[in-house]
Amino acid sequence: MDVQEKTYEEKLAEFEARIARGEKIEPGDWMPDEYRKQLIRMIGQHAHSEIVGMLPEGKWIPHAPGFRRKLTLIAKVQDEAGHGQLLYRAAETLGKSRGEMLEELLDGKAKYSNVFNYPTPTWADVGMIGWLVDGAAVVNQRMIAKCSYGPYARAMKRICFEESFHIKQGQDLLIKMVNGTEEQKQMAQESLNRWWYPTLMMLGMPDSDSPHLGKLKRWGVKVKTNDELRQEFVDLVAPQLKSVDLHPPDDDLHYDEETGHWKFTEPDYDELKRVIKGDGPCNKERMEARRKAHEEGRWVREALAVSKRKKEVPAA
Amino acid sequence: MNKEQALQSYLLALADDELILGHRDAEWTGHAPLIEEDIAFSNIAQDEIGHAQSWLRVYESLTGTDPDTVAFLRDHNEFTCCHLVQMPKGDWAYTIVRQFFFDAAEIVRLGYLKQSVYDPIREIAVKIYPEEQYHLLHTQGNVERLGDATEESHRRMQRAVDEAFGQALGLFESIPGEDVLADENIVPDSKTIENEWLQFVVPVLKRSGLRSPVDETNGSGGTDVKSWYGGRQKEHTGHLKQIVTDMQQVYRMIPGAKW
Repeated sequence: MDVQEKTYEEKLAEFEARIARGEKIEPGDWMPDEYRKQLIRMIGQHAHSEIVGMLPEGKWIPHAPGFRRKLTLIAKVQDEAGHGQLLYRAAETLGKSRGEMLEELLDGKAKYSNVFNYPTPTWADVGMIGWLVDGAAVVNQRMIAKCSYGPYARAMKRICFEESFHIKQGQDLLIKMVNGTEEQKQMAQESLNRWWYPTLMMLGMPDSDSPHLGKLKRWGVKVKTNDELRQEFVDLVAPQLKSVDLHPPDDDLHYDEETGHWKFTEPDYDELKRVIKGDGPCNKERMEARRKAHEEGRWVREALAVSKRKKEVPAA
Repeated sequence: MNKEQALQSYLLALADDELILGHRDAEWTGHAPLIEEDIAFSNIAQDEIGHAQSWLRVYESLTGTDPDTVAFLRDHNEFTCCHLVQMPKGDWAYTIVRQFFFDAAEIVRLGYLKQSVYDPIREIAVKIYPEEQYHLLHTQGNVERLGDATEESHRRMQRAVDEAFGQALGLFESIPGEDVLADENIVPDSKTIENEWLQFVVPVLKRSGLRSPVDETNGSGGTDVKSWYGGRQKEHTGHLKQIVTDMQQVYRMIPGAKW
């Protein structure tokens, strides 16, 4: 039977059956517009988060203490650029260019993770971003690696591999501080106090406030709910942190023998909404930095585009 | 200056150039004109800082002082880097031109150091030479593409060349003690590097539609361009103090702390 003759409903049923069988949807395949739009939005937001996420840690590159920390931090922030590049490419397979997506970010039309709108006043924050923020990202991304869209799922596998190193680096940095002087230990604890709730928020609005969840799960865009991911994250990091004498700022945090899960206090989701909408402590600063880089780099991109020699510049 | 002191002096100068330039390059991480250059320059920064660490390990074998102590606890006026690497990152044109000038000088210098009769220097030179070749391919390619692509790119690149050329000549200011080492075929004479550098970079500039402040045939001492000397004698621009203060901020924050 010719594909053209099928009705929308038939095509949709076939599409959903493929996903139910665990097949991946590939760029040329038929997909509902809503699926395409949803994925462009998600992958775009993810890519933007990688690019904006370079800023809070990048700020510490000039101050990193010692050769090893300096080199690993540059490499880490560089990885985030690579992830951004990979994700923009994945989104491009759905028909939207990187240029368009970047313009939307700078115009304030596209969103990115709330968590990068918080300040990084001390060196300990570099470690805390690695341990908590990258930890939460990996919990989320391991799920996405199982999503129904092939290019996104495959990008996630590589990204998760690199992120797992970032988590180890963050842990290593903080454990060194915790075992150091009183001042260092205090700095690490204060950083945890700052990052705990923003990281919990990073995993999204609660399920009770996620109206499209049913369809997103059916289409394999989300394999787990935000609340499931948040619980998975707390179960993972709470005992890790406590084992090195770092304590999340939540008096109710405890292991529940009955459920086998850690009980925790939910973050303030109104704050999450505000930060996502642009009203977080550093939204303005982050966007100004991105706009500045974009504007100051415009002549370079234009020149490269019209370069008379059309000569390929080898990668460094 | 005896041979051992001369070796220490030379290793510190090499390491300081690499470290400070790597530090400057990493200022682009997160702020480059396109993601590909963010990645490329972060790579170059890591390589340069890694090279500094390698030279300082040789220094450590001679003095017992480890690389972190040398880089993160030394006073800025004890550094012997040239002025070129200290300058603020400027616009992308300046960054590209500076890096191109530096990479070209590295390729010439390392070409000699690969033949050094002193094993530790020769071994490192052999290892890092291919990395510098990649840097040079990248920066030279960018000079050639941006040199005459658009009116604006040409104007910016020409300004960068005019600004950085004399600063780059400071790379070839004689390093205290190098005569002792050159006599024993451990390192090349700085003037030799300068001559070969001019022979290489001037034609590249011309091919890229850029005016070179000197002709390649002028050779050593024949240029009208003022060489920015002083760095090897610990006479620095005001920028170095800021870089070193930034770099050492955390390391020196708590006495005795390990990071």
